[in-house]
Amino acid sequence: MFELLGIPPQALFGQLLLGLINGSFYALLSLGLAVIFGMLNIINFAHGAQYMMGAFTAFLLFNWLGIGYWGALILAPILVGITGVIIERLFLQRLYQLDHLYGLLLTFGLALIIEGIFRNLYGSSGLQYAMPDILRGGYNLGFMFLPTYRAWVIVFSLVVCLSVWFVIERTRLGAYLRAATENPTLVRAFGINVPRMVTLTYGFGVGLAALAGVMAAPIYNVSPQMGADLIIVVFAVVVIGGMGSIMGAIVTGFSLGIVEGLTKVFFPEASNTVIFVIMAIVLLLRPAGLFGRRA
Amino acid sequence: MAQVAERLTAPAGRSSLSRSEIVAFVLMVGVLVIAPAFVYPLFLMKALCFAIFACAFNLLIGYVGLLSFGHALFFGWASYLSAHAAKVWGLPPELAILTGMAAACGLGIVAGALAIRRQGIYFAMVTLALAQMMYLVAVRAPFTHGEDGIQAVPRGVLFGVFDLSNAMTMYFVVLAVFLVTFLLIYRIINSPFGEVLKAIRENEPRAISLGYRTDRYKLMAFVLSATISGLAGALKAIVFQLASLTDVNWPMSGEVVLMTLVGGLGTVFGPVVGAFTIIAMQNYLAEFGQWVTIIQGTIFVACVLLFRRGIVGEIAHFFRIRL
Repeated sequence: MFELLGIPPQALFGQLLLGLINGSFYALLSLGLAVIFGMLNIINFAHGAQYMMGAFTAFLLFNWLGIGYWGALILAPILVGITGVIIERLFLQRLYQLDHLYGLLLTFGLALIIEGIFRNLYGSSGLQYAMPDILRGGYNLGFMFLPTYRAWVIVFSLVVCLSVWFVIERTRLGAYLRAATENPTLVRAFGINVPRMVTLTYGFGVGLAALAGVMAAPIYNVSPQMGADLIIVVFAVVVIGGMGSIMGAIVTGFSLGIVEGLTKVFFPEASNTVIFVIMAIVLLLRPAGLFGRRA
Repeated sequence: MAQVAERLTAPAGRSSLSRSEIVAFVLMVGVLVIAPAFVYPLFLMKALCFAIFACAFNLLIGYVGLLSFGHALFFGWASYLSAHAAKVWGLPPELAILTGMAAACGLGIVAGALAIRRQGIYFAMVTLALAQMMYLVAVRAPFTHGEDGIQAVPRGVLFGVFDLSNAMTMYFVVLAVFLVTFLLIYRIINSPFGEVLKAIRENEPRAISLGYRTDRYKLMAFVLSATISGLAGALKAIVFQLASLTDVNWPMSGEVVLMTLVGGLGTVFGPVVGAFTIIAMQNYLAEFGQWVTIIQGTIFVACVLLFRRGIVGEIAHFFRIRL
């Protein structure tokens, strides 16, 4: 089972591609978690539910208003991001003085509510979401078949991730954000509206989750529980990478997707547990995470 | 968590029973002894099993300040192991339950040793991820019978004397186990060991500087909590003659957090009250289906925003007593 030559290249590259797709979602979601954690010091347990909301928003935009994939790609993150802003203003804002764990508990409760509402309205079975026509079909690369939509997901999420990295690490706005993460009081003294920045950061992180949801909608079924299991894997990704670095979150997300894909080829029984096993190993060898700063 | 607990520690006579605690304990025992005359015993047994579970969980969050989001791991795997031991190996109930507890203890040592390497929020994520991993193992392992679970587990005859197929006998055995566990946990948190745990909760660097190996204390507390959670799961498997994936999946980890939060983190009686509240709610709202999840989520949000002390914590605060 472990010999490379025994595996047909079709299967190997096919799984590698699936791994990269999963990796794109891990990267987008863990990036959002890291951005939120940096500013709010809260682990957003509702992240999976908000990813699901993104997929549902795309689905509903099409069925109610006839707005297709490209419109949804822009509108869904904004709409879900606005719900994030409301959540931050109504609830999260009251928790910053308390133990960080309360933020986790509150967002867990929110995730239960959101998922419960969608399950009430749309049942547990998955709904189909059509792929845009341009992205149908695929290319025969000789050694494998590359569906256009999957290539698009990988390229687009890579672009989104790198843009986020660029904005945070290389622009003035990003400098304010990083400064406010380090010392909010001082940044406030310079006349920057930090509470508004915090609110918008949460909205932005939530929007990223919704964007991932829209991208996932044509590949996976749109269902209320699509985010719940994914978010636990993303938590493991975040523990492995550490939340100190934006680039760390991106690299860890993509590489764990690839590792998962390869495990599916060589050792299929372990494919859905491999990320947790890697997490355990990282905890033993580098407790702070691969890119983490020591507390 | 710290601010919850501070108000609850009476200034004098910390390690001896306070009068309010004695009164509350006698009241609790009295209610539970006469309750089966009025309430369906199976409901009471379920609530008592979850009360044990929540007390074990509270030992960790209330007294060490560690939030585990993966306690279903110990509860669920212990229930599988004890069900398997009782049904397939044909062990008597006491040995079946011990098998489950031993499994939970072993898992607790491994999961605890990994999880205490990270603090705070990461601790919660690590425990959740480890529990999810073992959930996926349970889905695949042949002996758990996947979606069906282990059904028709024999209740057996305890110590060769008490026939547990009788509902009343079963109830009083569960009650006895609950009371012994409750007192054991009370003893733990009021022992010198428990005082060190509280010191870690309040200020871990200070505890380290005083020479305590805090990691050992944390691991010890984690393993104790895991083992007692295992007792709860194993007992539940014997009572309901069933071990299923529900008990090992993440919503179960969330439920025990909710029970403890509703009752009052870091209070002795809180988890018991919380467990009875949530189980009663599930019982009476069962017909509303999906609404149960939404209501549970709403309770979570309300507890965090409005009453972080929980039911028992609020009562204790109002009357300025220890509970």
